[in-house]
Amino acid sequence: MNVIILDAENCVEIEPGGKPMKYMLMFYLNQTEFNSRTDPKTRDAFWGSFLPYLRAVREAGIFAGGAGLEPPDTATSLRILDGTRLVQDGPFAETKEQLGGYFLIDVPDLDAALEWAARYPAGPGGGV
Amino acid sequence: MTETHVAVEQAARDSWGRLLAFLSARSGDVAAAEDALADAFQAALETWPRRGVPSKPEAWLLVAARRKLIDAARHRKVHEEATPALIAITDVAQQMADSAETFPDERLKLLFVCAHPAIDLNSRTPLMLQVVLGLDAARIASAFLVKPSAMGQRLTRAKTKIRVTGLRFELPGASDLPGRLDAVLEAIYAAYGSGWDDVAGADNRRKGLAKEAIDLGKLLLQLMPAEPEVQGLLALMLHCEARREARRSDRGAYVPLSEQDVVRWSSAMIEEAERLLENAAQFGRIGHFQLEAAIQSVHAHRAQSGQTDWESIAVMYEALVRIAPTMGALVSRAAAVAETRGAETAFQLLKEIPIQSVETYQPYWALAAHLLKRMQRFDDAKSAYTRAMGLCEDSGMREFLRQKAAELN
Repeated sequence: MNVIILDAENCVEIEPGGKPMKYMLMFYLNQTEFNSRTDPKTRDAFWGSFLPYLRAVREAGIFAGGAGLEPPDTATSLRILDGTRLVQDGPFAETKEQLGGYFLIDVPDLDAALEWAARYPAGPGGGV
Repeated sequence: MTETHVAVEQAARDSWGRLLAFLSARSGDVAAAEDALADAFQAALETWPRRGVPSKPEAWLLVAARRKLIDAARHRKVHEEATPALIAITDVAQQMADSAETFPDERLKLLFVCAHPAIDLNSRTPLMLQVVLGLDAARIASAFLVKPSAMGQRLTRAKTKIRVTGLRFELPGASDLPGRLDAVLEAIYAAYGSGWDDVAGADNRRKGLAKEAIDLGKLLLQLMPAEPEVQGLLALMLHCEARREARRSDRGAYVPLSEQDVVRWSSAMIEEAERLLENAAQFGRIGHFQLEAAIQSVHAHRAQSGQTDWESIAVMYEALVRIAPTMGALVSRAAAVAETRGAETAFQLLKEIPIQSVETYQPYWALAAHLLKRMQRFDDAKSAYTRAMGLCEDSGMREFLRQKAAELN
């Protein structure tokens, strides 16, 4: 059985004309890697279903110089953040589970949120 | 009488969503279908004790609901348009009574209607929960911190929109499908988020909906088995859910991910999530839900390797912020970069995010505080901790942040 073999460089602009661009990342998994999924000798090392995605992202070459050194251009992030298509918060473990991050799904407006902020004691020596 | 109640409850659990979906699809009117179905269940409670529980409860309920729909249509003086649809219901009910056949499962169409572009963004999740899972408005309201009356109005408006606009109960065409499916997935994702912090069920005001979100995800998977983003979303939710028991200590204290006891993680859920993610990878169509799930998979891998592969996490966040640059993704990416490139670099990334977007986004402040602390900017850290505390309602979380802030002294 052969696995999908596609051109990893093939990024498609799905919604042109000012709307947020969505890249379709293709990926491939060569035969050796595919076999390692079920081979008892290598299976444990492969267990980590993220590997195809990791590979795809690297191969797509969408960033240069290593992760985290190139922020998305500000215009893009502004456009997206103003957009209404995407739910803005999610169960991101790096903040929610590691740093005391809280889900604030449905704050109707800034005033309501600040009202909440005012409700809770600031702790010794500080205001919000 | 008790036997009837049990039978009716069972029918409601098993069939409400499917019955409502079918009746809605045929009548184009979710609200009328709900009323008719509720009346049908009421009639069952009254009739079955006398006549016995029917051998095909669904067929019985369908016929009863149809009768109510006709009565309602007559009352509203809606004639010709309603009749063909209602006849169709009768035919189906008849077939069901005569054979082992059951009626078509229209829940997929119902899910797509709930997330239709014409439906208000913050009505989609509540609508799905109510009409597909049968949750009551009060429960949904409490999960989203909205007054029950306000939620009730929101739901009514959405259902009126469906009827008045004449939204079609049909699957989107091939070119529309990715966007429309993403809207369905986003609505389920939002439901999952509402269930996050209420680990022990302690806060009665905010009973979470994590289980219901996963139920919706599993239903969608059953109805659309060949969509990788569907699998990605379910994998993501299962990975998060797998760690629920580890997030709080026995005394209710917040336990950070890096300190969680992996023995408390559900290996069954993790394995199911991993299978889904591997399966999704076969399709070769990465999307933002698969990427989020893949990031979760790296975290889960700590149970195998004893370490967290932050480099892989950071790489995948690079992709995520390009295809789905939400506040959550941008802030979390900075958190990952803090582990691979240090606090200064991460803080620069945080500062790239427009401040007005994150005024009330608590995780931003929690991360800022953490980074400022690492950079030894203690006064700024203290302010950020205070702000993060002020923006959260969970006492366990505030206590955690308070302790972190206290360490600055």
